[in-house]
Amino acid sequence: MLKFTSDHEWILVENDSATVGITQYAQEQLGDVVFVDLPKSGASFEAGAAAVVVESVKAASDVYSPITGEIVDVNQEVADNPSLVNSDPMGKGWLFKMKIADQSQLDKLMDEQAYRALIAGAPHA
Amino acid sequence: MPTESSTLLPFASRHIGPSPKDVSEMLAVVGAASLDELLAQTLPQDIRQRRPLYLPSALSEAEALERARQVASQNIAMTSLIGQGYYGTILPPVIQRNILENPAWYTAYTPYQPEISQGRLEALINFQTMVADLTGLEIANASLLDEATAAAEAMAMAQRISETERTVFFADHDCHPQTLAVLKTRAEALGWQVHVGDSMRDLDASEVFGAIFQYPGTFGEIRDFREPIAKLKANNAISVIAADLLALTLLKPPGELGADIAVGSAQRFGVPMGYGGPHAAYIATRDAHKRALPGRLAGVSIDSHGNRAYRLALQTREQHIRREKATSNICTAQVLLAVIASMYAVYYGPEGLTAIARRISKTAAVLRAGLVALGCKVSTSAFFDTITVDVGARRQEVLDRARDSGINLRDIPSHHGTSCVGISCDETTTRDTIEKVWCAFGDSPETAARRSVELAGARGDIATDLRRSSEFLTHPVFHQYRSETELLRYMRRLADRDLALDRSMIPLGSCTMKLNATAEMMPLTWPEFANLHPFAPVSQAQGYASLIAQLGATLREITGYDAISFQPNSGAQGEYAGLLAVRAYHQSRGQGHRTICLIPASAHGTNPASAHMAGMDVVVVRCNESGNIDVADLRAKAEANADRLAAIMITYPSTHGVFEEEVRAICDIVHSHDGQVYLDGANLNAQVGLARPADYGADVGHLNLHKTFCIPHGGGGPGMGPIGVKAHLAPFLPGHPEQPDGPSIVGPVSAAPYGSASILVIPWLYCLMMSGEGLTAATTIAILNANYIARRLDPHYPLLYKGRFGRVAHECIVDLRPLKNSAGVSVDDVAKRLIDYGFHAPTMSFPVAGTLMIEPTESESKMEIDRFCDAMIAIREEIRSIEQGQALQDNNLLKNAPHTVLELADETWQRPYSRMQACFPKGVSATSKYWPPVNRIDNVYGDRNLICTCPPVEQFQAAAE
Repeated sequence: MLKFTSDHEWILVENDSATVGITQYAQEQLGDVVFVDLPKSGASFEAGAAAVVVESVKAASDVYSPITGEIVDVNQEVADNPSLVNSDPMGKGWLFKMKIADQSQLDKLMDEQAYRALIAGAPHA
Repeated sequence: MPTESSTLLPFASRHIGPSPKDVSEMLAVVGAASLDELLAQTLPQDIRQRRPLYLPSALSEAEALERARQVASQNIAMTSLIGQGYYGTILPPVIQRNILENPAWYTAYTPYQPEISQGRLEALINFQTMVADLTGLEIANASLLDEATAAAEAMAMAQRISETERTVFFADHDCHPQTLAVLKTRAEALGWQVHVGDSMRDLDASEVFGAIFQYPGTFGEIRDFREPIAKLKANNAISVIAADLLALTLLKPPGELGADIAVGSAQRFGVPMGYGGPHAAYIATRDAHKRALPGRLAGVSIDSHGNRAYRLALQTREQHIRREKATSNICTAQVLLAVIASMYAVYYGPEGLTAIARRISKTAAVLRAGLVALGCKVSTSAFFDTITVDVGARRQEVLDRARDSGINLRDIPSHHGTSCVGISCDETTTRDTIEKVWCAFGDSPETAARRSVELAGARGDIATDLRRSSEFLTHPVFHQYRSETELLRYMRRLADRDLALDRSMIPLGSCTMKLNATAEMMPLTWPEFANLHPFAPVSQAQGYASLIAQLGATLREITGYDAISFQPNSGAQGEYAGLLAVRAYHQSRGQGHRTICLIPASAHGTNPASAHMAGMDVVVVRCNESGNIDVADLRAKAEANADRLAAIMITYPSTHGVFEEEVRAICDIVHSHDGQVYLDGANLNAQVGLARPADYGADVGHLNLHKTFCIPHGGGGPGMGPIGVKAHLAPFLPGHPEQPDGPSIVGPVSAAPYGSASILVIPWLYCLMMSGEGLTAATTIAILNANYIARRLDPHYPLLYKGRFGRVAHECIVDLRPLKNSAGVSVDDVAKRLIDYGFHAPTMSFPVAGTLMIEPTESESKMEIDRFCDAMIAIREEIRSIEQGQALQDNNLLKNAPHTVLELADETWQRPYSRMQACFPKGVSATSKYWPPVNRIDNVYGDRNLICTCPPVEQFQAAAE
């Protein structure tokens, strides 16, 4: 199951674990990513808390955890090669994996259709 | 008695660009019948000041310099051996004339357009390399404001990088007193505690997030901090060493002792004491912590042809991007002084610097040996330049006798249960001085003379295991330019690469790049202004006292504030000091829970960053489509936070260049909930003589003396950001340990009581030469010039914001966003194409992304302003070609800008346009063409491959010089 937040994060759910990244729209807005500040495995975040900072030359963007949970893995490849976030934000540019604490939080998130509608109306810089 | 020439051509007519004839023509273009009418259409009537400025009549340049000489004569530049962070030094004449006194260097702006700043960026890379090498750490930044604030920044950085929740920071008692005081001020607002003690006995590493040590100590002792540093590391705490750069040529550097961060001052690398400043401070750290560094960082990247090029790296840490989450609020730093210090190091090289250090160390050893022979109790055993002598009841006698022979010693009334004096030797200390010091302790001149011969072989004593063994300054740049001719040419080559105000207008919005008149600058290097120690007895600084009092009175008259503090040495520092005053005010009334600071979304990044440093919580107020504060949103947020409201920070006119009609109402809303109004004075150039912030509602605010009042930008500092306050806030101005009679509730924010005092000469003389009439005329023409540009450009680039009558204040914003869609052209593309036309771009994407903010100032002539408008209009035509399909979106004059002379000379010119079009577009003359030394610089590459020290020699040779 693939869901989205209004802050342009995506979350791919498989049973009780989830992978999180930023969307195509988000990476376009940011420009070329030069650095990704990933959390440590084992860190816990509430839904809506800033978990990652993604930096381009002109902006530093907080990436918020879509749901409450514990980080179980972070993408070391992205730390070594930040441009993956630009070239493959939905795939190789994933940021972290987490254990889902409360499945019901997923219901509050947007599905793909709703997210597409959101960005259709959004301004492009 | 004014001379004929001065009445015909008062200084104001030299400072202000447009002639009376120009003014008439420009009024016709903007459609105003007179300047008064233009002003009436621009400024809301209800904020206009009721009467003209009451200031003394204008002086001519000759008269002003004569006045400066009179005031200088009231300063007595004695030989100050006070030390405590400030030392005599000799600025090599070739550096004085070609950097400090050279408008090519001092009128430059911060290197945000790196293609036209390669010269000063290279000098900053040299500075960073010098600091990294000397401190034995991997990465250093491009300067901080002074050693004490650098220590405070290091404390904040330590808290960021230490992975503990502790809130205690330890400071060794041998740190300079002003450093301890500034640390305490900074910590208090953030809820941290500073424990001061002996690091060998009182430091509990498990309780602190970090600690700072002074090396050598303020009283002279060199101690080995490796053990406490190891304990800190074992407890995940961060160690900071405040180190004397010159001593580091002889001592094991902080990096080799295990320290995480080093801070200090580069003052003694050729920069005069200046009664407190300006000087460049430094900070250095390990590569792992680079993202936590405050301030600007010069870095190495490549341009579009793969040639090495310099730029400002990792800007995403800074306040203009991160705002309240920035690593620091610092904006203006001390670049010009860092450049001077770097040239000092280039000129002397490692051997020269070491020789200077050895001579100082030996001088101190001779001094000490003589005092011991005299029976004095010298408490210092391992030292570099400073010794402390226990004199007990004789303290005043010794100080007085020294003073009578023209020497200031350090007065240490109470130290470990006794009274002492301190003596610091420096680059200027002669044998004659040492003999006089011995006489102050009771020696006779004859015995002193004999003794100095006998003791000529005395040696400094640095413990073997603290002696430096590692190399430093190995890069060729510190070895190649040792003759005056070579250094002169090196400095000239670097200057030639840069575009500063001495070549063309720099229309940066909100930077106010106006004339920095030569007469204003000249007294800076007179010994009576340059060579005073900030902690010298006040009786020796009566010239400064007089100048500061006069300037303070002038600024009060201009702003309406009741009291001024000159301590903050940048606008951001002023914001921080002003907000601390507000906080202390609320606390004094039992309202310490007031911590909310309202800040408009359009505010400059330093505002929220400063609020955060002052311990406040930022609540953002929306701006409406016109760019003005959304008053309804303000009212709602003020009400919602009524009992916790501390202040609002406003900029007026706004950062959008508009005099918001509702400013009084905005101030009233905040006041009605017992909040204070902080006014960011960055845009004061639109008000001087016409409106006074304190009159329409401001309680406190800073002035940027390096904007409105002519202190040159220097490439990113020095600056001065004094704050003005209404009477009720005066008790909460920053105090200083050297001013026991001054304010005493809020501690210092700067190392020296008057910040960078010596450059106060510049605004003082500016105001004396302009007087009220001239200052008001300057403001009026600044507004005329901006409105003229707005009129000429509006048909080509839509104006984003206008006031009620379609007027802008002293700056205007043009919207380039539509061009992205119609032609694929970005703000960057236009900025780089302007370089081909010989211009520095206006401010890009602040306060609104995709726009240019243009501020001409009053100093630009109609001729230059027209040249700029013509260039912008010509560029619009180039963009039209793209829109109409005559030029390709991905390969055109803008996308490939800036064009270099190397490209021009290339046999295989393969652009879809001619060389003439590229390099000599309309209006660009062959004889005054500015050539950027590099093509467009790859910012992404530079941040992904961070290099902040001099690249190795092979790369040097690869790029064709």
